[in-house]
Amino acid sequence: MSTAVAEPQARAPEPARAERNYLNVSFGVMSWLFTRDHKRIAILYLVSITLMFFVGGAFAVLIRLELMTPEGDLVQPETYNKLFSMHGIIMVWFFLIPSIPATIGNFVLPMMLGAKDLAFPRINLASWWLYILAALVMLWAVIHGGVDTGWTFYPPFSTDATRTEVNATVLSIFIAGFSSIFTAMNFIVTVHRMRAPGLTWFRLPLFVWSMYATSLILVLATPVLAITLVLLALERLFGVGIFDPKLGGDPVLFQHLFWFYSHPAVYVMILPGMGVVSEVISCFARKPVFGYKFVAFASLAIALFGFLVWGHHLFVAGESIYAALVFSFLSYLVAVPSAIKVFNWTATLYKGAVSYETPMLYGLGFIGLFTIGGLTGLFVAALGVDVHVTDTYFVVAHFHYIMVGGMVMGYMAALHYWWPKMSGRMYPEGWAKLAALIIFLGFNLTFFPQFVLGYLGMPRRYHAYAPEFQVLNVLSTAGASILGVGYILPLIYLLWSLKYAPAAGPNPWGATGLEWQTASPPPPHNFPETPVVTGPPYQYQLEEDARAD
Amino acid sequence: MQTEHEVLQEQFEDLEQQHEASTLGMWTFLATEVLFFGVIFTGYTVYRLSYPEEFRRASQHLYVTLGGPNTLVLITSSLTMALAVRGAQVGSRRTQLTCLALTMLLGLIFLGVKFTEYYIEYRAALIPVLRFDETPWAQQGLEPAHVKLFFVFYFIMTGLHAVHMIIGIALLGVLLVLAGRSWFSPVWYTPVEMVGLYWHFVDVIWIFLLPLLYLIGQQSLRMG
Amino acid sequence: MFAQMRLFPERASTMADRVDALFLFLLAVTGTMSILIALLVIWFAVRYRRGARGRYDPRLKGSILVETLWTVGPLLVFLVMFFWGASVYFRLYTSPEDATDIYVVGKQWMWKIQHPDGQREINELHVPVGQRIRLRMTSEDVIHSFFVPAFRTKHDVVPGRYSTLWFEPNRVGTYHLFCAEYCGTWHSRMIGSVVVMEPAQYQTWLDSHAEGSLALEGRKIFLKYRCLSCHNTSGTPHGPPLEELYGKLVLLEGGKRVTADEDYIRESILQPKAKVVAGFRPIMPTFQGQVSEEEVLKLIAYIRSLGRGETPPRVEETPPPIQEPAAESPGGPNP
Ligand code: HEA
Ligand code: HEA
Ligand code: HEC
Ligand code: CUA
Ligand SMILES: [Cu+2]
Repeated sequence: MSTAVAEPQARAPEPARAERNYLNVSFGVMSWLFTRDHKRIAILYLVSITLMFFVGGAFAVLIRLELMTPEGDLVQPETYNKLFSMHGIIMVWFFLIPSIPATIGNFVLPMMLGAKDLAFPRINLASWWLYILAALVMLWAVIHGGVDTGWTFYPPFSTDATRTEVNATVLSIFIAGFSSIFTAMNFIVTVHRMRAPGLTWFRLPLFVWSMYATSLILVLATPVLAITLVLLALERLFGVGIFDPKLGGDPVLFQHLFWFYSHPAVYVMILPGMGVVSEVISCFARKPVFGYKFVAFASLAIALFGFLVWGHHLFVAGESIYAALVFSFLSYLVAVPSAIKVFNWTATLYKGAVSYETPMLYGLGFIGLFTIGGLTGLFVAALGVDVHVTDTYFVVAHFHYIMVGGMVMGYMAALHYWWPKMSGRMYPEGWAKLAALIIFLGFNLTFFPQFVLGYLGMPRRYHAYAPEFQVLNVLSTAGASILGVGYILPLIYLLWSLKYAPAAGPNPWGATGLEWQTASPPPPHNFPETPVVTGPPYQYQLEEDARAD
Repeated sequence: MQTEHEVLQEQFEDLEQQHEASTLGMWTFLATEVLFFGVIFTGYTVYRLSYPEEFRRASQHLYVTLGGPNTLVLITSSLTMALAVRGAQVGSRRTQLTCLALTMLLGLIFLGVKFTEYYIEYRAALIPVLRFDETPWAQQGLEPAHVKLFFVFYFIMTGLHAVHMIIGIALLGVLLVLAGRSWFSPVWYTPVEMVGLYWHFVDVIWIFLLPLLYLIGQQSLRMG
Repeated sequence: MFAQMRLFPERASTMADRVDALFLFLLAVTGTMSILIALLVIWFAVRYRRGARGRYDPRLKGSILVETLWTVGPLLVFLVMFFWGASVYFRLYTSPEDATDIYVVGKQWMWKIQHPDGQREINELHVPVGQRIRLRMTSEDVIHSFFVPAFRTKHDVVPGRYSTLWFEPNRVGTYHLFCAEYCGTWHSRMIGSVVVMEPAQYQTWLDSHAEGSLALEGRKIFLKYRCLSCHNTSGTPHGPPLEELYGKLVLLEGGKRVTADEDYIRESILQPKAKVVAGFRPIMPTFQGQVSEEEVLKLIAYIRSLGRGETPPRVEETPPPIQEPAAESPGGPNP
């Protein structure tokens, strides 16, 4: 028996040269800014969040430069406090939350379902406009002096003490929240109502499952943030007293409300990456994802249990010991589905036919770094250890390992994986692999020392620090500069590829999945005619079985 | 009247799919609204448990005599709204127009009464930030700051509700114009149905607000 | 910068050992798991690379048995982590009955501390080794957090309520005190130290800082006459720092040595030019006729009590009352 891999062929014929696709149906700025095509909106989002990523990244560069020396000599403390606040705010709400859903999800989700578009194209466009409005308000706030509350806005500091642009920032996040809600509503309705004939729930690609779980969280959690921020603004403008201890209010109530949103939101910042990894691992290992149903339900479990653990951010804030016990326990429960996923991805590689194209490199990197980030989540969920490491660099390292090492890697994987579909061109493989390597090395050098710093006791949000922490901080800064180079490379070669790279063809990876059965770039309504689905996803086959078909 | 071809949006296969999608979308939106209000209800509950006496006594200063009948107005408007949807469903333009207009009218009456209450409360110096007199409360041995918290919640909750009412009335206005142009038909009346869902939701919120805000002081009022 | 570097923090309280034990347990388990996963991923990726013949089998889709194993397995491990973590937390956050109360007030950006007998200090906390201490903490403005890494404990300090934190130091030394909750501009400077002392030393410290004690009175006088403007420890002071001066041998201009006892200090205050410390110019004005005898006594008591790092921070920016060396002593020592 021969055990060679069958290279699945795209079922659609190679399109004729001057085929109409979503890029060339119409031209001009207006045809983009007011498009209702989910693919164009995805591109609009892609451009916008890339910009915001580099703004957030520039703040990160300044943070790291300041922390090269212990004295706090590069910028004033006021400035430093604004740097990390705006870094966090921009990276979370203007880059990472919309990253995979609004770009990749927007682009491929309808195609994976065999649909012509999302259910509400106008709402989809409105979502992007809201995002832009929010980003403009945010940038206005940055220019008018920024904000120095941290991304968490804890009162009474944010309401009484600071004199920075809290109101404008809060407004911008409020607007951005509605932009996510719109996207999420669209996804939920589309997945429920617009699947192609034959596409049952258990035939959905895992990326769709993860988008669905993400959308559930966005719909249910974002309004909580929105109204909490409204209350914060009221407090700040009128001193209504809800969070002010002097007026009988409770500042810790804000923390509960904030984390009731923000913990679920951290899963918004990982589930999409997990979805991408499932697609990529399966494609480049030429095997169906091991334990499909377990991975699918793990996404839902994470989304639902994620709502019950917010109190693990308040272990030292004065919640009762018993509340802390419950939240710690539930945090361990919610870690189980993540473990299931990691094990299933690993098992997918077993007896596969693995190749190492760039998306796969990022995919494998994701598994490793997410695991480290997740496992350190177990440290901070352990009550006795969290008392020591909370609000230190240990936590900073924990979440960067997940959000940068995990999600940004997942985002890069997705970008490279679907780039041929989006642009119709291949990216230069050699450069891409080099960039992936640089990012991996730079990332670890940046954030691994921070675990050590954290356990040593270096508090976060410190503009100046004790001299004995310097060596590790210098290492971290060195890593960040390598990382910066790693992120600029793709920007260059992807733009380059738009013009000079060879055409990709409909299915360069030999992947299964409906999106690969249409032309690259896809025509305006995705498929010449609605596809019919007859089997489960990821049907990779042995060569002889394929021939027998 | 529009034909099926005109109202079917290009991303859908047929009108049924389009209708189902809109309905699910609306329910999803209402789910976000529930959480939106849910937070304020939670905050209210936290402080009411912390300061029961102040909240009870402050509640007695609201006008149940206005808020109670106002509830009836709102419930009636839900009824007329349902009839308007029915009208669209069976294709009766007259029923649609009358019922939509009635619903709008009832909504406006509700808002009128609500703002009258606000005005009375302004005169009685019960509005924190704007006009609030602490002395009578302090004389009764209550902590004015905590009384203020009650009123803060009262104004935020009813205010947010009023904003939703205003949006609803505006939507009804749009429907009225479209219905006047015979836009809806038994084949396609989704917008009427969606606005209907929204309107009922806003009413239900009020049904929760009434006992939480107006009625918590009632029993003891009767007892003395 | 390398000299002071460490990879593991100091341990100075009874709880530190427990926290570290839990930490090391977590490190061992998770370290093993991540290495295991990394090795598996690499091994599979290499062994089952495309083109490697005879191994590919895409029919492998899952197995309820394995899934159950790797659901239940981690869950059990997590439960151990949970219970261990919870038990450590319980000890960290339930203070023993017999602890001594010390009051802490956080405000932007300093820690104000008051001992049971009224001794006050700022950004410093002196405690005796081997005794249980309970801090009762509150804030005057925003939220802060009292964090002593060497004790492995911290707690937020929230306005409008009291939080408590307890520890039992078990090693003498000076340890970092950090504010760990972001509180505005100088959050990173809301730091200080916790000084763990032998009980006897601690008693002396308490005595010399007791309300109405000579030393404490002396401190006021020291501040009143602005001695601090020259005798400080920041930057380049005009005069020699006075910490731990008492009882030492002082090298004088001209090479002579003298023991810093009461008489010497008294003379230094009243006739500073009589004995000039090597390396300094004789710019100290004489305080003869300005300070009363009683005040001198208190000053001496204060200088006697002044330990390492205890000079108060210089706050006022008025220039010191320098008495320029008179013309008859040209070519005075020039540092
Ligand atoms: C994408 C974002 C993301 C994700 C996915 C997570 C995932 C997790 N997080 Fe994290 N977290 C953040 C982002 C994220 N976190 C952020 C931003 C903060 C700080 C916010 C701030 O204060 O500014 C934070 C803070 C934070 C805290 C508070 C710390 C503090 O401030 O003191 C806690 C405490 O419990 C915690 C726990 C966890 C846990 C248990 C998980 C789990 O879901 C992880 C589960 C994954 C695994 C466990 C790995 C895979 C498992 C295996 C391979 C099995 C191994 C098997 C055995 C060990 C047997 N996180
Ligand atoms: C959500 C996503 C996200 C992402 C992607 C990142 C990315 C990075 N973060 Fe971020 N970070 C947060 C979320 C994120 N962070 C959050 C939520 C906080 C907490 C904030 C708070 O406390 O409130 C935080 C806090 C935080 C701190 C702690 C600050 C403090 O507590 O004092 C540090 C310190 O090293 C840091 C570093 C970095 C670095 C080096 C990167 C790198 O990965 C960035 C790499 C990117 C680049 C290097 C950009 C390349 C671009 C250029 C080089 C162009 C430069 C242009 C000019 C200079 C004009 N981050
Ligand atoms: C204008 C600066 C100045 C002021 C103000 C000042 N001193 Fe001095 N002091 C000096 C200098 C310079 C010396 C070292 C030269 C010397 O011995 O005269 C010194 C020396 C001393 C010494 C001896 C120190 C040693 O190391 O041997 C003592 C004790 C002392 N001062 C106490 C005081 C007291 C108490 C006051 C306030 C009542 C005071 N000084 C105010 C400048 C000052
Ligand atoms: Cu006080 Cu930070
Ligand atoms: Cu969390």
